[in-house]
Amino acid sequence: MAEYKTPTSEPEFHANFSQIKPRMNNSEALFESSRCLFCFDAPCIKACPSGIDIPQFIRQINTGNTTGAARTIYEANYFGNACGKVCPTEVLCEGACVYNLQDVKPIEIGRLQSFATREAIEQDKKLFGPGAPNGRKVAIIGAGPAGISAACELRSLGYEVDVFEAKSQPSGLTVYGVAPYKITNEEVLAEMAYLENQFGFRVQYNQPITSRRELEALEESYDAIFLGIGLGATNPLLLPGEERHNCVGAVEFIEQLRMRHHQTAVGRKVIVLGGGNTAMDAASESARMGAEDVILAYRRGKEEMGAYEFEYDLAKGVGVKGLFNVAPVEIVGNGKVEGVRFIRTATLNGQVQVVPGSEFVESCDMVIKATGQAKQTQLLSLIPGLQVDNKGRIVADERTGQTTNPKYFTSGDARNGGAEVVNASAEAKATARGIHAFLSC
Amino acid sequence: MPDLSINFAGIKSPNPFWLASAPPTNSGYQVMKAFDAGWGGAVWKTLGVPVVNVSSRYGGVNYRDKRLVGFNNIELISDRPLADNLREIEEVKKRFPNHAVIASLMVQSRQEWHDIVRDVTNAGSDGIELNFGCPHGMCERGMGSAVGQEPEVLQTIVEWVMEVAKIPVIVKLTPNISDITEPAMAARRGGADAISLINTIQSIVGVDLDLFAPYPIVDGKGSNGGYCGPAVKPIALNMVKNCAQHPEVQLPISGIGGIENWRDAVEHILLGASSVQVCTAAMHFGFGIIREMTSGLEQYMTEKGFHTIYDMVGKALPNVKHWEDLNLKYKVTADINEEKCIGCQLCYTACEDGAHQAIRLQEGSRTPEIIQENCVGCNLCSLVCPVEQCITMERRDDGTEHLTWKERTEAGTIPTEFNDERAGGRHHWVPEPAAALGKEKHKTLPGKARQYAAADAAALEATPAAGAE
Ligand SMILES: Cc1cc2nc3c(=O)[nH]c(=O)nc-3n(C[C@H](O)[C@H](O)[C@H](O)COP(=O)(O)OP(=O)(O)OC[C@H]3O[C@@H](n4cnc5c(N)ncnc54)[C@H](O)[C@@H]3O)c2cc1C
Ligand SMILES: Cc1cc2nc3c(=O)[nH]c(=O)nc-3n(C[C@H](O)[C@H](O)[C@H](O)COP(=O)(O)O)c2cc1C
Ligand code: SF4
Ligand code: SF4
Ligand code: SF4
Repeated sequence: MAEYKTPTSEPEFHANFSQIKPRMNNSEALFESSRCLFCFDAPCIKACPSGIDIPQFIRQINTGNTTGAARTIYEANYFGNACGKVCPTEVLCEGACVYNLQDVKPIEIGRLQSFATREAIEQDKKLFGPGAPNGRKVAIIGAGPAGISAACELRSLGYEVDVFEAKSQPSGLTVYGVAPYKITNEEVLAEMAYLENQFGFRVQYNQPITSRRELEALEESYDAIFLGIGLGATNPLLLPGEERHNCVGAVEFIEQLRMRHHQTAVGRKVIVLGGGNTAMDAASESARMGAEDVILAYRRGKEEMGAYEFEYDLAKGVGVKGLFNVAPVEIVGNGKVEGVRFIRTATLNGQVQVVPGSEFVESCDMVIKATGQAKQTQLLSLIPGLQVDNKGRIVADERTGQTTNPKYFTSGDARNGGAEVVNASAEAKATARGIHAFLSC
Repeated sequence: MPDLSINFAGIKSPNPFWLASAPPTNSGYQVMKAFDAGWGGAVWKTLGVPVVNVSSRYGGVNYRDKRLVGFNNIELISDRPLADNLREIEEVKKRFPNHAVIASLMVQSRQEWHDIVRDVTNAGSDGIELNFGCPHGMCERGMGSAVGQEPEVLQTIVEWVMEVAKIPVIVKLTPNISDITEPAMAARRGGADAISLINTIQSIVGVDLDLFAPYPIVDGKGSNGGYCGPAVKPIALNMVKNCAQHPEVQLPISGIGGIENWRDAVEHILLGASSVQVCTAAMHFGFGIIREMTSGLEQYMTEKGFHTIYDMVGKALPNVKHWEDLNLKYKVTADINEEKCIGCQLCYTACEDGAHQAIRLQEGSRTPEIIQENCVGCNLCSLVCPVEQCITMERRDDGTEHLTWKERTEAGTIPTEFNDERAGGRHHWVPEPAAALGKEKHKTLPGKARQYAAADAAALEATPAAGAE
């Protein structure tokens, strides 16, 4: 295997992680936008969680009003540029485009979206600004897609907004989690800077909120608190040998990759445990980092994987091999990882059953656990009256995002249990309106 | 193999495709290259007293991603010395004796016309085309379309030319006139052998939004120019038809205007042209397009069993009627093929906003439904539908009745007042105007937001208006 040479420099890293949705040039945008039919009650709009008026912005691009297109996009979704590149458009807008029914390539909505917003960002087009100050203050915990979107919307409604972020950069998993071939750090951060510049909220980086005392301080000085904290670290597997060197969590591995690029260490033979989109990402990324063999091991059959089909195709396309109906029972090795002991499984009435006596060891020198992110239960337990459901998700009003503690509101992964950037962005916008309604009455 | 050759008013040509008098026929170099590529004839860029041209001089109309759907120019006739052109005509004819070289001419006085007609004849031209069409620059000097718009002047000049002409004379007409058949008849009265049409249409193709000047821009200023290219074909076809159908014109027609491929050429021919001329397409794509044109024409003729061009000339004319001769009893309405429908709902909005509210949306499906009672058979939906053969217009009358407006007029059954039963009375279904308000407001919201909006709207509806008892 090893289709990719291990990158040893920044240019080599970028070559291996070249953008799968590269920026359109003007001609491409003109040709592509010409094809849009301008459907009535367009199915693409309905398929977009943030409800961007897609035919409208496509037509604006086509008539040379790229700035207007950017405005249309941002009016619905503050992560307009990022979403164009990282959204699973195959199952969202582009998947709903009527051209699919004619077996014609759907409109490349995502790339057109990024085309328009990117231009606005680069030219620093002033499209929005804060509303007239209304004298109220909202604190936001977490500068991810949820937090930043809420901040923008609240600012436009005239609120004073302070964002508290544990890490040193904004945008949450957009910069720390999403695969680098979907979007570059520079691009994410440029959009963040653009938004901050337009709306003027304050972000305090390296400022994790962890104690009851800190929460109390926020409760005292702010009229409402928005929880945009996302999920936590990778769930432990609770298997023997999990502590061995080179057995890592996917989220942690990917974060390293996003931050340290070619300086991230990757094994020669990597086993990725899991069948979700994060597993696909981790596997693809290992392959692009030059791993000779990458095996994706999943408890059930291929069809039952949670990942989108196109994500699996993407991984297969870079040489990742699937190993299905196996459950890990031990991470073997002497100090560092040397393999994974698996047992074969069969699915009976939807339940995974192990096949007795079928154990075997698959050797490797790195294990990446893509078995889900934990919830931030510790922090949430410090908020009086705040309810979480049995899956650890914060319970909140569907429309307003208000939690069972009326002062707290929430959106994004922390509330929906983990979805996409576009969901976090759309929900947060609605929640900001919910906060406004709550504080105005 | 069908025979593509023509004898147009005595001008012989191996095929009906000629280059129109324009930049592609500006020099012997170009004309020879074109003949080499397969063009049957060339109408030389108009000769006259050499002029001075401006730059820039062309403007374009782009439609979405398509460039030069329309084209215009503010250039004048040839700016090259007459002697050079004559020498080159002679040379071309020596090398291509069987191809048609037609000299386009434009001068002012009777003497000048006599001289130049003799010159080009001596140079070996197969025919002459009189340019009475240029709609800019030359007309202010009393030439070009200024002549084309005055049938009497036109006739006089044709007569001057005919006094000395020994080769066939074609009169090229301007479309910048309300009735094209008038100058056509004048050309015939003057003794011309044929007509060609159309020349360019007076136009402004666009305005620069930053410089506030029309295209093309010459040092910050512009002028109206002459319009041509694919966009003008419908106008050209109608004018060709008008001349071909007119009993007092009866001259061979060289069809010009928006011809870019064999289909366009066949349309001109079916409406009465027996040679066709091309300018914009050759300027846009080069002489090579001739191969597609001749091979397409050949294929079409083979399939239809036409042996010569003349088997097809005017074939569509008997079917071009006056409105009053159309059958009022013929009735079609729209049909949607649900298998093919992709659910874009363009037909719905078109009919709803632009036609007769005869299409409704269906609960749980994106395929709209035709309300047959409301459908007037206008065709709009089938024109906007992006899927081939998805909306078809199906015949609903039984074909036994036939009645035209003319017949009704003769029978005295035409309506004479508003709401006359004989016009169908108030037969159009008219929805209540107020029902239009707020109809589409929440249509494009995404999933949940849409439910909420609908709920809000319903709640609002349920709340009695303030102040109501
Ligand atoms: C590996 C991976 C790949 C993904 N790929 C895609 C993709 O391709 N496309 C897509 O659309 N989505 C993708 N997602 C999902 C997407 O990233 C998330 O749905 C989205 O980022 C959720 O936004 P959020 O704001 O709710 O949470 P996050 O993005 O997680 O942001 C939460 C922020 O809060 C901060 N924070 C947390 N706790 C505290 C605290 N106590 N105090 C202060 N700050 C705190 C965190 O540092 C972080 O910045 C991916 C997710 C993962 C894990
Ligand atoms: C740049 C340009 C210059 C032209 N010059 C002449 C001309 O000198 N004499 C003439 O009779 N017609 C002239 N025409 C008109 C063309 O011969 C032709 O009638 C017209 O362009 C319509 O044909 P088309 O749609 O194929 O271009 C000119 C057209 C263009 C575009
Ligand atoms: S569904 Fe496709 S064609 Fe229709 S409006 Fe959306 S992008 Fe355009
Ligand atoms: S086509 Fe372009 S390059 Fe050629 S003469 Fe005209 S302006 Fe100049
Ligand atoms: S325009 Fe055609 S494809 Fe679109 S909804 Fe109507 S019938 Fe279906």
